[in-house]
Amino acid sequence: MKIIFIAWKNCWQKAGATTLTLLLLSFGVGIISMMLLLENQLSDKFNKNIKDIDFVLGAKGSPLQLILANVYHIDAPTGNIKVSEAQKIIKNPTVKEAIPLAYGDNYEGWRIVGTTPRYAEFYEVKLKEGKVFETPFEVTVGSYAAKELGLKLGQTFKSNHGLDKEGEEEEGHDQLFTVVGIYEASGTVIDRLILTPVESIWEVHDHGDHEESAHAGIVSAEDHDAEDHDAKEHADEDGHDHAEEEHAHEAGHDDHEEEREVTAYLLIKRLPIAPMILPQLVKNTNMQLALPAIEINRLNENFGIGMSVVKAVAILIMIISFLSVFISLFNALRERQYELAILRTLGGRRIQLFVLILLEGLFMVALGLIIGLVLSRVGITLLSDMAKDSFHDEFNAMIFLPQEYYLVGVTLGLGVVASLLPALRAFFMDISKTLSND
Amino acid sequence: MAIIQTTNLQYTFSKGPQLIFPSFQAEENSELLILGSSGTGKTTLLHLLAGLRKPTVGEVKVNGLLLSSLSGAALDCFRGKNIGVVFQTSHFVQSLSVIDNILLAPYFSNNKVSKSDAEKMLDRLNILSKKNKKTSTLSVGEQQRVAIARALLNNPSLILADEPTSALDDENAKDVLNLLREQTHALNAALLIVTHDNRLKDEVKQRIELTALKS
Repeated sequence: MKIIFIAWKNCWQKAGATTLTLLLLSFGVGIISMMLLLENQLSDKFNKNIKDIDFVLGAKGSPLQLILANVYHIDAPTGNIKVSEAQKIIKNPTVKEAIPLAYGDNYEGWRIVGTTPRYAEFYEVKLKEGKVFETPFEVTVGSYAAKELGLKLGQTFKSNHGLDKEGEEEEGHDQLFTVVGIYEASGTVIDRLILTPVESIWEVHDHGDHEESAHAGIVSAEDHDAEDHDAKEHADEDGHDHAEEEHAHEAGHDDHEEEREVTAYLLIKRLPIAPMILPQLVKNTNMQLALPAIEINRLNENFGIGMSVVKAVAILIMIISFLSVFISLFNALRERQYELAILRTLGGRRIQLFVLILLEGLFMVALGLIIGLVLSRVGITLLSDMAKDSFHDEFNAMIFLPQEYYLVGVTLGLGVVASLLPALRAFFMDISKTLSND
Repeated sequence: MAIIQTTNLQYTFSKGPQLIFPSFQAEENSELLILGSSGTGKTTLLHLLAGLRKPTVGEVKVNGLLLSSLSGAALDCFRGKNIGVVFQTSHFVQSLSVIDNILLAPYFSNNKVSKSDAEKMLDRLNILSKKNKKTSTLSVGEQQRVAIARALLNNPSLILADEPTSALDDENAKDVLNLLREQTHALNAALLIVTHDNRLKDEVKQRIELTALKS
């Protein structure tokens, strides 16, 4: 038999009080740990995906939405911009690089993004197998999307219009996309995207998308700025067919189709003066220039207030739980003073009683801590499942952050503090007096 | 050599009466009854003898060792090894079973006593069948037996009993007294019973009467 055994047994003597203390403590610890895990992974995702993107050029609307849609691919796009109109900005000498992004379709709810091979290169994502898309309707799939969709090299699929799987059946397009490559997992947004040349999107919408071009879709038509000759030819052909059809049905849509559109450009600046020059160029257009760093900061600030409130509540719960540890030990001490006096007459030393009480407190705190840390992982797993459904993204619940070591340390430390006074009382107890008060 | 010897013991409460106790000694295999009505300092005397309290004047020797020469952990350890104490109402560690409760005695005094020794002790006191029960489920008589088992498990040379029978009915009181005596003989120890229970008066020959002393 050991003191540790007696302490453990004593913890469960007052099971009700101990359970309450454990509940409080584990909720406090659980919430704080969950906030830490969330904050850490969110900011990690945000920072990883911002990388060196200095601006996002897109349609007018909420700048935050523009960033969320085009950098993180979690919100609906703000609309489309004309490629020709964007030229004066992306060709500006202060801009080093512009990567186009064109939305409009999905496969089973996974976004198909029309872009250039530079997009994945920019995030330093390597190919796992196959090759990078070259011609329209070739796709290279992000690792996570490939895994979840079970896509293999050479497989073909039809896309759905819009960004949600729920798109009606009739909205499906007839063109077959072919998987020509799969990227390696990178922890960036590429993992959950299906990449294809911009021209694929343009062509798809020549066929299928008649009226709903405002539906964040891409409308293509004759565009003299098209870089890819093949694509241009296709586009011309298709545009022609389409135009005929269009005329047959409805007139007055031609103005929509005069120019090709994309959803946004990701810009990387060449010169530090870019932030002063580019906004001037966007003035009086239907476009806007958003700075990811600033928008995400703003988001973090707003998020931060919410997180702070949750944290404050968690800390309050923890304080109450430490009070609960203290009170339950003190009560137990009053009820068990004879017990402790008897232990002394049996030869128990003062320090052993001190350790006994301290251990009882620490057991409760340690148990609460463990339950709390497990709870937070369960919470993150549930959240991850939700994120998987709505954003095709997930959180890792099975990591242990450095901040959590602090959480463990501080909690155990406060557990010692809460147990110290009762333990000292046991240490200084006058056994003769206690036993005489029978 | 006397197992316990007191000389000129006095104890003064800080805000209370001064107690003066007669000197006495007890040998191996002997019994001594210390009688007194309440307020005569019976419990105080027992605590002085057990080294739970320090006398204001005078000294207590157990096995030839002056208790006042020990302090702190050494005194706790000496008491645990050499003195078994049975209290009026038995207090146990509520969360532990009967067997674990009596094993506390060797644990806290660093004595090597095996679990089978503890079971033998329970058997001798006729409560082996209760060894895995919580102490709170036992009757008062049974609890007192457990307390005796705990006091005796370390084979102490001095057994101090504070009102061991006053909470018990006639039959149980007789049982408990007999058990204490039997075990004392078996261990070759000295048994000191502090009580106001007149039922014990006729049972024990050697006795000391405490009288109320006022300062």
